[in-house]
Amino acid sequence: MSETTMEVNTEARRILAVSISKLYSARTQRGGLRLHRSLLISMIMRSARDIYHSARESEGPSGAQPTPEEPMDAGAEEPAPPGPQPEPQPAPNSSEPFADEPDATEDEGDCEITEDKENLSPARQSRKRRGKASAAPDFLPSKRARLEPGEERHAAPPGSCRVVPWESLVALSLNRVIPAF
Amino acid sequence: MAGAGGGNSDVQWCFSQVKGAIDDDVAEADIISTVEFNHSGELLATGDKGGRVVIFQQEPESKNQPQCRGEYNVYSTFQSHEPEFDYLKSLEIEEKINKIRWLPQKNAAQFLLSTNDKTIKLWKISERDKRPEGYNLKEEDGRYRDPNTVTTLRVPVFRPMDLMVEASPRRVFANAHTYHINSISVNSDCETYLSADDLRINLWNLEITDRSFNIVDIKPTNMEELTEVITAAEFHPNQCNTFVYSSSKGTIRMCDMRASALCDKYAKLFEEPEDPNNRSFFSEIISSISDVKFSHSGRYMMTRDYLSVKIWDINMETRPVETYQVHEYLRSKLCSLYENDCIFDKFECCWNGNDSVVMTGSYNNFFRMFDRGYRQDVTLEASRENSKPRSVLKPRKISTGGKRKKDEISVDSLDFNKKILHTAWHPLDNIIAVATINNLYIFQEKLN
Repeated sequence: MSETTMEVNTEARRILAVSISKLYSARTQRGGLRLHRSLLISMIMRSARDIYHSARESEGPSGAQPTPEEPMDAGAEEPAPPGPQPEPQPAPNSSEPFADEPDATEDEGDCEITEDKENLSPARQSRKRRGKASAAPDFLPSKRARLEPGEERHAAPPGSCRVVPWESLVALSLNRVIPAF
Repeated sequence: MAGAGGGNSDVQWCFSQVKGAIDDDVAEADIISTVEFNHSGELLATGDKGGRVVIFQQEPESKNQPQCRGEYNVYSTFQSHEPEFDYLKSLEIEEKINKIRWLPQKNAAQFLLSTNDKTIKLWKISERDKRPEGYNLKEEDGRYRDPNTVTTLRVPVFRPMDLMVEASPRRVFANAHTYHINSISVNSDCETYLSADDLRINLWNLEITDRSFNIVDIKPTNMEELTEVITAAEFHPNQCNTFVYSSSKGTIRMCDMRASALCDKYAKLFEEPEDPNNRSFFSEIISSISDVKFSHSGRYMMTRDYLSVKIWDINMETRPVETYQVHEYLRSKLCSLYENDCIFDKFECCWNGNDSVVMTGSYNNFFRMFDRGYRQDVTLEASRENSKPRSVLKPRKISTGGKRKKDEISVDSLDFNKKILHTAWHPLDNIIAVATINNLYIFQEKLN
């Protein structure tokens, strides 16, 4: 990776980490979660995530470097369909307060970050993960079941792509933030 | 550069008073959360995080000191809101006073609306300076007399007593907001007012507490599609059918209540296209408007976002007519300001009496004034160091370039914990109230 991209990546990841900690600490503050503030934080997180992914993508598939699944790269390029894009997939009906999800992190759980799979045009419905040296195991469906609160995903098989655990955490945080209101 | 004020470029500001504890260790309950002059300027109300309202009254000008306008002294203090608990959602409701708005005075008593996150209250503040004496059946201390001992009758009379100021809650407007109330605004008809939370605006009648009309609702059916929230709302000062609300996306919508019951379709949308040169990672969130205020004339409105103040002509929706940079030097520091939460600070802004000068707060206990006519701006500081009576405030300068001149303050040495979020300008005179975290400073124009 180029140095600049690495810097951008590190910065984006740092901002994401800061944002997540802000969201978590907001839960304990008096007066409850503030919708405006949570919205702004989730906007920052989305931008940071986009920057992170586009920075990695601009490096091109490096071959030797397995990347986490990136269905959302494609999602990010797509012209925005009606409705939010890229947006978290509909979360479970969560009127529950901001859920605890540090458990459900490990794997390539990126499906929920992005497209509304029902509404993708056929051309876009490629299930190929890009730039992965070791492809996703065939037995894993590309459509992901929703997480129920407290549920965990199965751990990624060893030797799969180098996944950053916090990425799924980000995705889940974004899923939960606004619908929690 | 001389201070800005009232169309006269030579206005200088002097310290007049400071209210609040000198202690550096600030009790959280004492943090000032709102400041508002009443319509005559005689009364100045503050609300704090502890749910209290303190009202100061201006002393009449004394003949001995014609140079000085009257001082503000405590007139009334009362507990407006208490902390509450929403059992259904397991949420505590803060008692912090978000806004105070005075009603125009109609009789001897004063009325104000105060609100926390969920409940608005109408308070009556009245004076009592006489009391009846000479009851037939009661002693002076209130004990009842034995009727058999009453041999004569007398008519009770009013006798003067020490002034007592009483505040009593006359109306409680509750249970109408799911989200946190950010604004209240009294209509020019003096009969209705609006209250706004993140997603909805309700219209109330001041007499009726058990119902309100929802006039704006921007809640999406699917909350995940939420992209903006309401950040402030205000009625037009003269047109009782018109109000505006600002959003977290930097837009202002003006609505006409005559058009329909639900004002979801705006009559006007004020939005400035984003400057592509200023586009940055945080540019979306710093465009969130934290305050919107109509000019007294009603011809203009002012909005405050994180870095600037914009003046809009209500007849032109495409862009503001004036833009003033409050602290542009912070643009390169947005990332740190995000980390220390300062980027979420909601600064308010205010007009002077004749709409020629606008004022807003900044960090390091600085506040800024922009003279629209003379195109001058000034940075002043509210600090205990400059608090000798009638000492003139010296304009401050922040050094942005490499070389720091003498008396300039470098951006890195600004104290971001010392922020001025709330300021108010007397409706008629050049008297301003500036709230630091827990102190209220009153400055007056230097009179010769």
